[in-house]
Amino acid sequence: MSQKNRLAQGGRIDRNKVLNFSFAGQTYTGYEGDTLASALLANGVDVVGRSFKYSRARGITGHGSEEPNGVIQLGSGDSTVPNVRATQQELYAGLVSNPVSGWPNVNFDLMSYLGKAGAMMPPGFYYKTFMYPQKLWMTYEHFIRKAAGLGKAPTAPDPDTYDKLNQHCDVMVVGGGPAGLSAAYAAAKTGARVIIADEQNEMGGHLLTFDQTINGSSGSLWLAEIVAELSAMSNVKVLCKTTVMGYFDHNFLVAIERRTDHLGERAVSGTRQRSHRIRAKQVILAAGAQERPLVFANNDVPGVMLASSVTTYIKRYAVVPGHKLIVSTANDSGYLAAIEWSKAGRHVVGIADSRTDSDGALVAEAKALGINVWFGHGVTEVKGGRRVYTASVAPISVQGDRVTGDIQNYDCDTVATSGGWSPVVHLSCHTGSRPVWSDDIIGFVPGKALQAQHCVGSIVGDHQLADCINNGLETGSKAAAQAGFGEGELLVAKPSVEWLAEGKAQALFLVPHKKNISRAPKQFVDLQNDVTAAGIELATREGFESIEHVKRYTAMGFGTDQGKLGNVNGMAIAARSLGKSIEETGTTIFRPSYTPSTFGALAGRDAGSLFDPERYTAMHQWHVDNGALFEDVGQWKRPWYYPKPGETMQQSLNRECLATRSSVGILDASTLGKIDIQGKDAREFLNRVYTNAWSKLAVGKCRYGLMLKEDGMIMDDGVTSCLADDHFILTTTTGGAANVLEWLELWHQTEWPELDVFMTSVTDHWSTMTISGPNARKVLAKVCNDIELDKDAFKFMDWRDGTVAGVTARVFRISFTGELSYEINVPANDGMFVWEAVIAAGEEFGITPYGTETMHVLRAEKGFIIVGQDTDGSVTPYDMDMGWCVGKNKEFSFIGKRSFDRSDTQKTDRKQYVGLKTKNSDEVLPEGAQAVWDPKQAIPMTMVGHVTSSYYSAVVGRSIALAVIKEGHSHKGETLYFPLADGRVIEAEICDYVFYDPKGERQNV
Amino acid sequence: MLHLFCPYCQELREEDEFHYRGQAHIVRPKDPESLSDKEWGDYLFFRHNPKGIHHEMWYHVSGCRRFFNVTRNTVTYDIYETYKIGETPAVTAKEETE
Ligand SMILES: [Zn+2]
Repeated sequence: MSQKNRLAQGGRIDRNKVLNFSFAGQTYTGYEGDTLASALLANGVDVVGRSFKYSRARGITGHGSEEPNGVIQLGSGDSTVPNVRATQQELYAGLVSNPVSGWPNVNFDLMSYLGKAGAMMPPGFYYKTFMYPQKLWMTYEHFIRKAAGLGKAPTAPDPDTYDKLNQHCDVMVVGGGPAGLSAAYAAAKTGARVIIADEQNEMGGHLLTFDQTINGSSGSLWLAEIVAELSAMSNVKVLCKTTVMGYFDHNFLVAIERRTDHLGERAVSGTRQRSHRIRAKQVILAAGAQERPLVFANNDVPGVMLASSVTTYIKRYAVVPGHKLIVSTANDSGYLAAIEWSKAGRHVVGIADSRTDSDGALVAEAKALGINVWFGHGVTEVKGGRRVYTASVAPISVQGDRVTGDIQNYDCDTVATSGGWSPVVHLSCHTGSRPVWSDDIIGFVPGKALQAQHCVGSIVGDHQLADCINNGLETGSKAAAQAGFGEGELLVAKPSVEWLAEGKAQALFLVPHKKNISRAPKQFVDLQNDVTAAGIELATREGFESIEHVKRYTAMGFGTDQGKLGNVNGMAIAARSLGKSIEETGTTIFRPSYTPSTFGALAGRDAGSLFDPERYTAMHQWHVDNGALFEDVGQWKRPWYYPKPGETMQQSLNRECLATRSSVGILDASTLGKIDIQGKDAREFLNRVYTNAWSKLAVGKCRYGLMLKEDGMIMDDGVTSCLADDHFILTTTTGGAANVLEWLELWHQTEWPELDVFMTSVTDHWSTMTISGPNARKVLAKVCNDIELDKDAFKFMDWRDGTVAGVTARVFRISFTGELSYEINVPANDGMFVWEAVIAAGEEFGITPYGTETMHVLRAEKGFIIVGQDTDGSVTPYDMDMGWCVGKNKEFSFIGKRSFDRSDTQKTDRKQYVGLKTKNSDEVLPEGAQAVWDPKQAIPMTMVGHVTSSYYSAVVGRSIALAVIKEGHSHKGETLYFPLADGRVIEAEICDYVFYDPKGERQNV
Repeated sequence: MLHLFCPYCQELREEDEFHYRGQAHIVRPKDPESLSDKEWGDYLFFRHNPKGIHHEMWYHVSGCRRFFNVTRNTVTYDIYETYKIGETPAVTAKEETE
């Protein structure tokens, strides 16, 4: 029979919209307005999963974010989402869902067939397992992962899109129940910008299931009006289906809005989810309270539910999840489940109330309906496997700590429990505020506010609707005033609200059993992690006294539900076991995210090619058109090499290298950082931040410079050119440009503000192309007729103003290849034009474009360093044999200079920069390979350095490598060994780091 | 995510726009060569790690590109003030002697 538990009328569902869905391969029907959980219950599906440790059947127990059992895998394929709570997932046509636990399926469980895993996994299992030999853990891990079954991540890219929105508001209200709505309303009336978010599909909170009279008519009318008015206000944003998952510093909140998850597996149009990044002047937490179950023997059997959930399923979804109900409660609110059950025409066996009496209105109503009420009683145990079939009701002591008389067994299929209400303190915890125990409320309430935060409603223990609404209005206007709107006076009238007489609740957590805790059937505290009362007692017996340790030892609250239902009960049981009060033992705290959040919503559009900005040079399209492969350097896309059809990478590199050495090559060097430095003290500033002396660098000249950190270690390098006496252009490494600018600004702004100097990044303003090789001058001469190119007129390390291909240009005669080289800089907008003109001019010389890889090989042949590859922040200029670059006689003690005299930089066994030639000239050392003197020594070997750069050099005709080796400068000619992970040991001789043209003649021609 | 008031831009801006640059008010010694290795080492490597009030430097990298100082509580992340380079903080911890 389909939907056997659905009532003929009632509920906030649309019976005209029948939706088909599937769970665990079975198809069912439900209605629009259902959650997956309400639809499953309507169809009489009792078992939705198997428990993690003991493999016991589990059913739906709650109706919202607290649900520990109904955690499902939603959807299929690339858009599947693990760990979705069935109680929060709205039903849509064709919804596909599967249990995440219960491998291989919920109805036939292999683990329970093989024997309970629980026997292998006592409390403290993880803790104890980690103390065993590691190899055993590997065995356990495989087993546990399979057993855990906590959902599967999709393996292909998410086909949907997600957005991030930055929001600013004066008052942020979390929770759309009566208190939150009232607060938002009062705040909005002042003109403040208000955002109100609620995780449910509609606003209303408790009013959606429990109607009370407001202003003489139905509370649902008041609700509809206030929601309509808020929605119509231009200064208010009403966000349903939106979970505030975290509350961070300085009133920054992140809320995840599920925009299309209720419509289908994939978003038909628009984005599936949005994350709202909200900066609020004032925050009002009106997140409400979650009902706490009572703990008793076998309380995990399907059919045991929260009393408020039973009420919710009946009132909101017209689903009665059973036929015969017994309620076990320690307060008035549990009665509501029995009242609604009875009104729905199904049988209530009775209400076991642990208290001696109550004069509450709901108690009177239940009695008037003829429902049996057993005061001073509790449900101590239920029996059942896949569903409850009997409950034991026993008289218990006034203190609620022991069974005092004979037990009665009653047939029933549903047991609804209420142990009280736990305020939703999670968001307040996120700010670092510890919750505080309140004996009045019998729960933890938010601790002292650490930010501009207010709490109102049942989050502070106010359960009366009148209090929620009135305090909500006042809190809203107060928060608005503190945000600068209004004087704090209420601008709206307080409604008259029906008062509900309430009896005093009892602090009861664990219903006693006639056997003691360790001998009674399992009394579950944390259903998702299978933590029992006996497990918590064992932890305290084994010496874990801090509640944080008990949590880690038992794994209580470690599940995806973060122990929303179980934590307070667990703390109460631990406290009693330790002979302390709950106040003394305290609580663990909650951390973001409130409920699991999807990666998609957090990433937004920052995925794939939009993960990080991509930067292209003006010549990028030419590189693409000419077959370049690209390499990421910082955010830049740089040509890596230009393979011709059929070439291997090495063949391409050999061709590019030899063409440059023998004729001419061209490199797009636009990505090099360029910083324009001006001011009358620019020269002095350079003296201070570089190792070199700049006082005598004449206009028209260039100089290579090394920049150090104050500890004396190389930080960056580049060529600086003097454009005028008070004007320089400094180049940096491609990846270091932003850091160098920040570094220069740091020194100028914080140490030497008296220096007249200004720095501007001009990297993007210029396109830079380097032509290099013996024919470079001939190529340049064809496109440049206003610069005298004669070798004595335009010398190595000179720069000139002029035009190239008719475009204003700066030409620098500097070289990173050791060949005759010109670096042509033109305004970026003309970059492509000039590049193509130079390529055309070079055609007769076979001009060959080369990329970063050939650039690396050519410079390595010359022993030129690449900062960040051959250096790693732990080498000085002297380690790199670059003492020639250090101006020792400069008046000012430049950055890093003093550190040359530190004992660490003076020690003789520092790693030093050398070249390596492998014994087998074809064998290329892997970069990063570690060097040892003796490969036969015992492991761990004494490592004396490592390979920093390594290539095959076509022009040298062998493999070459650069390395830093301890005392390398004095060990030239000696043999080192490089033992590799694959078992090979490569033998290499230490040599000079210049492999080609050691006298440097080729760049001076 | 912190909300920082840039004393140059005169606006509260998101932490994304800033770089953290460590402890504030470290003055580079005027004559490094006259310092012992220990003194130089203290300047180079040793930093306060207070529980509570901390004066630290931030850089408005995506804004005005100016460095400024922040007095922040390292426990609560409360920011008591932001002030320009060269200015002295109004809020200081009593136990701080330097
Ligand atoms: Zn600024």
